[in-house]
Amino acid sequence: MSTLTSYTLDFEQPVVEIERQIEALRSRGDAAAYAREIGELESTRDRLLAKTYAALSAWQTVKVARHPHRPQSADYMRLMCRDLCELHGDRRFGDDQAIVTALARIGSTKVMLVGHRKGRSTPEKLACNFGCAHPEGYRKALHKMKLAEKFGLPIVTLVDTPGAYPGVGSEQRGVAEAIAVNLREMSRLRTPIVCVIIGEGGSGGALGIGIGDRVAMLEHSWYSVISPEGCAAILWKEANDQTNSIAAKALALTAADNLRNGLIDEVVSEPAGGAHRNPQAMADALGGWIVETLRELRRFKPETLVRRRFDKIRRIGSLSEGAHS
Amino acid sequence: MTSLPSSQPVPESRSASDPPALGGTGPAASGSIAPVALPPSPPASPSEAARRAPAAPLPAAPVPAAEVAGARTWDGSEAPVRPKKAVPEGLWMRCPACGETLFRKAVEQALWVCPKCEHHMRISAATRVEQLADPRTFEPINATVAPMDPLEFVDVKPYRDRIRAAQQATGQNDGVQTGTAFIKGRKVVLACLDFTFMGGSMGSVIGEKLTRAIELASEGDLPLIIVSCSGGARMQESGFSLMQMAKTSAALARFDDQGGLYISVLADPTTGGVTASFAMLGDVILAEPGALIGFAGPRVIAQTIRQELPEGFQTAEFLLKAGFIDRIVPRRELRSELGRIIDYAGK
Repeated sequence: MSTLTSYTLDFEQPVVEIERQIEALRSRGDAAAYAREIGELESTRDRLLAKTYAALSAWQTVKVARHPHRPQSADYMRLMCRDLCELHGDRRFGDDQAIVTALARIGSTKVMLVGHRKGRSTPEKLACNFGCAHPEGYRKALHKMKLAEKFGLPIVTLVDTPGAYPGVGSEQRGVAEAIAVNLREMSRLRTPIVCVIIGEGGSGGALGIGIGDRVAMLEHSWYSVISPEGCAAILWKEANDQTNSIAAKALALTAADNLRNGLIDEVVSEPAGGAHRNPQAMADALGGWIVETLRELRRFKPETLVRRRFDKIRRIGSLSEGAHS
Repeated sequence: MTSLPSSQPVPESRSASDPPALGGTGPAASGSIAPVALPPSPPASPSEAARRAPAAPLPAAPVPAAEVAGARTWDGSEAPVRPKKAVPEGLWMRCPACGETLFRKAVEQALWVCPKCEHHMRISAATRVEQLADPRTFEPINATVAPMDPLEFVDVKPYRDRIRAAQQATGQNDGVQTGTAFIKGRKVVLACLDFTFMGGSMGSVIGEKLTRAIELASEGDLPLIIVSCSGGARMQESGFSLMQMAKTSAALARFDDQGGLYISVLADPTTGGVTASFAMLGDVILAEPGALIGFAGPRVIAQTIRQELPEGFQTAEFLLKAGFIDRIVPRRELRSELGRIIDYAGK
């Protein structure tokens, strides 16, 4: 179990108080004499953390998904992969930093890794536009995914974006077309694709690298047609903490909601208190899940894979066949 | 509200308090959608100039909420719909763009294009079908498919109520008409999105009906024509809406594998998740003059970049120049243009 994180979410405050007490005891010269107290405090903290995280509201989940210490694709590359070989550029316009593509090994499995990149430091964040990709990012992703198809490498995508970049250049270079083409092409790539929403799954910008044979969400990530703030601003005419919270719930954006609605295939559990408390444990769990899932998918011939992928997408929808008055 | 007559431009304010035609104050700007900030650059063309003319004030009466919700793009942007004056009932009408007083019958005969400024007015799916298909050849399919409310979505008003209101106002189950038709004697599968139904927003019904239309075109080796006119994905179905982008695009991949011809026609407005899926995947992409076509709404973009948007940003003409559409086709030429392309493709 990790120690304090420097950034505290409001609902984690009671946990932080206990952690402060633990730290205070530990820092004493005679800390050894308080081993029992420390042990008790730790189990109290663990219970509280488990209880808090088991009962997160939708809006709290969004906050966890955006936690500044939450592991990003760059962290998973470091903690989960080895022998990383980053491949740059879309061969048309440029090399969007908001999407990273790399050859990598997870365990002994060779994959093509595609992920949104948000950045941690301010200069990084600016270079990556906070994970909001331009069309060249989506085209880079597709270029590398086609490469993977050619050489029979499975594709792993890590989705973490508030949405595609809303800007002049983005529109001018056809971000809608870039996403649309990715949707069409990913649906028919003849190689296994595994997608994981690791943080934010912001609408079309997320879906643009999110079509796969297995789509999973980390336990405290969100995935929806629009951000809660965007939804609140439009439908409630104002985005504040209250309307955001109502919108988040209404949008059914949590991993559990999306699984229940059949929009994703699986939820990958996070360490107690969220991935940001133990990035290594999260990376190990995620890596294990990816390797296992790819092993299952390897059984299928490419045409079977593509057919099953299509059938899965084809079924999604909620409608009635009956006539209305 | 009763059902719209089939040959009608889309009234952009249906508030009961609308003043009558030429009543002086004029009907208000789009009743369904809040006005979107326009690029303040100097006008490029008469229609641009007209568009930037100050719109009449919004009606004081509450706008029909059924549309407020749906007319939004999926990405949080305001629906990128320019404020326009509504087209009122009556013998005479005013062009929503240039304000010219026009003889209604003449405008209808001109396919709801302003004879003076060439402004292409928004039309319902029924009117579109009537304009494109050879007389009495349109045979609707899946017309009874209706929306559900999988998330029991409630904002300021329940989604269920919004659906019911839109159904009553339009006489349609949801925002798309699909079927087979003949266009200049060629059999096609035709799908027209309906902006009058919750802003043409795409939920499960539009996704499913389009997918079935694509599959029908595959089975019959028929050319597929989809006329898009939509604010994007429908928020009230959240993830279900989002996945319709995947579904329609995947269906188009199969159609493409079979060598099918898909002509995508973009009408004003085509934005958000609709643009980022089937609308941009045409083998040939046509657009009506002046149509707003984009992904994010202009206001969101303006807020993001904090600077003026380029002149004519996100218009059909802008997209043509940027290389994302094949042709801009005036409405009166659309039928013959479609026929010609179908012939070239040998379908």
